[in-house]
Amino acid sequence: MATATFAIGIDLGTTNTALGAVRLDDDKATPKVFDLPQVTAAHETMTRPLLPSFLYQPASSELPDGALALPWDKARAFAVGAFARDRAAAVPGRVIASAKSWLSHAGVDRRAPILPFGASADDDVPKLSPVDVQARILAHLREAWDAAHPEAPLAAQQVVLTVPASFDAVARSLTEEAAQKAGLPQLVLLEEPQAALYAWIATHGDGSPTPWRKQVKPGDQILVVDIGGGTTDFSLIAVADDGAGNLSLERRAVGDHILLGGDNMDLALAYGVRQRLADDGREIDDWQLRALTHSCRAAKEAMLEDPTLQESTVVIPGRGSKLIGGSIKSTLTRAQLEQVVVEGFFPVVDKDARPAQNKRAGLQTLGLPYAHDAGITRHLAAFLKGQAPTAILYNGGVTRSALLRERIKTIVASWCATPPVELQGADLDLAVAAGAAAYARVRGANKGLRIKGGTARAYYVGIEKSELAVPGIAPRTDAVCIAPKGMEEGAEAVIPTELGLVVGEPATFRFFSSTTREGDVAGAAFDVARAGDAVVEVAPIETTLPGEPGLLVPVTLRSRVTEIGTLELFAQETASGRQHKLEFQIRGDDG
Amino acid sequence: MSASDPVVDVAPPGFFARLGLALRVLMDAMLARRLLLPDAVEPKALLEPKVVEKIVEVEKIVEKPVEKIVEVEKIVEKPVEKIVEKTIEKVVEKIVEKQRPPEEGALHLLSILQRDGRFVDFLQEDITSFKDADVGAAARLVHQGCKKVLATYFVLEPVRTEEEGARLTLEPGFDKAAISVAGDVKGEPPWKGTLAHGGWRAKEIKLPERPAFVDARIVAPAEVEVR
Repeated sequence: MATATFAIGIDLGTTNTALGAVRLDDDKATPKVFDLPQVTAAHETMTRPLLPSFLYQPASSELPDGALALPWDKARAFAVGAFARDRAAAVPGRVIASAKSWLSHAGVDRRAPILPFGASADDDVPKLSPVDVQARILAHLREAWDAAHPEAPLAAQQVVLTVPASFDAVARSLTEEAAQKAGLPQLVLLEEPQAALYAWIATHGDGSPTPWRKQVKPGDQILVVDIGGGTTDFSLIAVADDGAGNLSLERRAVGDHILLGGDNMDLALAYGVRQRLADDGREIDDWQLRALTHSCRAAKEAMLEDPTLQESTVVIPGRGSKLIGGSIKSTLTRAQLEQVVVEGFFPVVDKDARPAQNKRAGLQTLGLPYAHDAGITRHLAAFLKGQAPTAILYNGGVTRSALLRERIKTIVASWCATPPVELQGADLDLAVAAGAAAYARVRGANKGLRIKGGTARAYYVGIEKSELAVPGIAPRTDAVCIAPKGMEEGAEAVIPTELGLVVGEPATFRFFSSTTREGDVAGAAFDVARAGDAVVEVAPIETTLPGEPGLLVPVTLRSRVTEIGTLELFAQETASGRQHKLEFQIRGDDG
Repeated sequence: MSASDPVVDVAPPGFFARLGLALRVLMDAMLARRLLLPDAVEPKALLEPKVVEKIVEVEKIVEKPVEKIVEVEKIVEKPVEKIVEKTIEKVVEKIVEKQRPPEEGALHLLSILQRDGRFVDFLQEDITSFKDADVGAAARLVHQGCKKVLATYFVLEPVRTEEEGARLTLEPGFDKAAISVAGDVKGEPPWKGTLAHGGWRAKEIKLPERPAFVDARIVAPAEVEVR
């Protein structure tokens, strides 16, 4: 295996993917984004800094031969990137989007071929699992890089792959699995808000006119607000003194993975216009609704950018060649924009506001768990829980609007004694990839600043208490902490209580996580039923001990955080010391 | 390769004659053209491989400015294809790909403007009966899309960077292709005048290549909604 010459950062986003690279031996260089070749139209390949995270599988008779050819694969029959995204509007049943959001959805078997979601079994569209789709996107990156750097293949470089901070151990493990499938055996995972902060640090280096060390001081708390096309993520990173007079950074808190973003805003505006058209007696079909959504996005961006613009025309062009004759016109006024986008998604709330609860209905609809409450500021209030950030770092396309950034800052300021400062970040679409590359270089050289934090959540195993059986009452289940919050990589933890596992048949444990509980050490136990919303159930874990069936073997449960950043769980036999891996059982509710 | 190929009927001349011919063809483009008449083709067969390879190199250098030589290259191809099919196949393929007719670039650009900006739909529609507001709304859409096309596939810059309306002087020897003069044009430069239009120059063209088999005449495919 060749030695690494590059530090690579991969932002595998829900809507867009990017790759940043910097030479390992050049301390002064800043990470640059690698333009990715992709099919942009039939028979057309162009390079773009972003690769839309869409996968298109045309029917065999749909496109002319060679329409999806790439420089390194002339016979390719599927497409990843811009053309796939454009075709998603025309042939939605054949394009897979947002595969990343499925990786954190516990209600489905994430290794089973379920995407495109909703396609019936006899459709001819090849089905893929969310892990497969992520692997295909990463494979496209690897092929593009290898074609441009034959002497430095991506598999041999120092690769950092970003994940949302809200991804739990299962989602992170599946992300690593996707990278392995894509031919990237050595990599490290990094949380996206941290990557954005590394990018900010790299932009304000020690030699720049506004060095970052002068902008923050020990005791500061940086709130990272990442609002993309489809997702919203929050993180809180504290600035401390490392004892030697140097500044150090520590990730203190992460929020939930909220499926809410810019796309929701465009759709909300489009629905409003559609309703007004319907009131006038004009019905529009699906194609027209999609065109309307695009038009609303353009109108929204125009009005957010120019505060003096009081209204913007919204046009649904005619589908056929009669562009003007077939078109439908409407207007979007500033008042409507304020009401739907600004008031609807960023309402002025106080710090005790909480989002409306997702109702746990008896019949859950299948599909992604989209947020029920569109008020992003309410989700933010729930995340902060009264903590007062001193600075805000924005990331993600929605925060491109100065008006929205100002709005969020003002609302957060109303919750704090002193208003927070806005940190001037780097390019909002590319910061995560560039920041991840900066981190890869720091890590590879083992010098430079690293944000501490360890695991973002505490993890618990569900153990039934052995009590006198009472008919009609289920025995109490305790959540016992197997991995305390903040475990650094390489660290291990063990539940001291011995358990007896039956050999020869699968032993299954319920598995929980918490982003909010503080202070639980390994072995700390509490009643799950009393824990409320602080504890979330993750996929069950199971193991089968080999040996004489029927024997009861005493084991202790232990955890370890890997170099990659994933969590490994074991059952260790007390007598022999042999370890058996506990696997995440993600097959779904019937498993 | 037609059945009535006249190549078959000619007796081959000697080796040195052919060598001499090959060297003369290298030096004399007009001779090459004359020699490519069908009844003189076969004798060159055995030397064609080397000759053709060299002609390919010339083509690369002189492709744009002197179109005539390019045309000659085209004619050279045919005998190569017929006579020494196997040995020269790869070389021929490369030549053929570069020989796309010049109108293909124009059709490709038109196709992109239609795809991303509905440009052709807009221009083909009869706008006489529409209100200004309706035309304007559509024009905004077309503008948005086509502007992106220009930004993606070209880098355009003005020819003159002065503000329009500014006074300037055209020195003798100014680039007549880049600057067009109007008004009180008498005698020889230097001429003083005001800049009426800054002009546009394509600094870069980033039109991707399309494979030769793509039918450029399909500016926009018909769309069928399958239900």
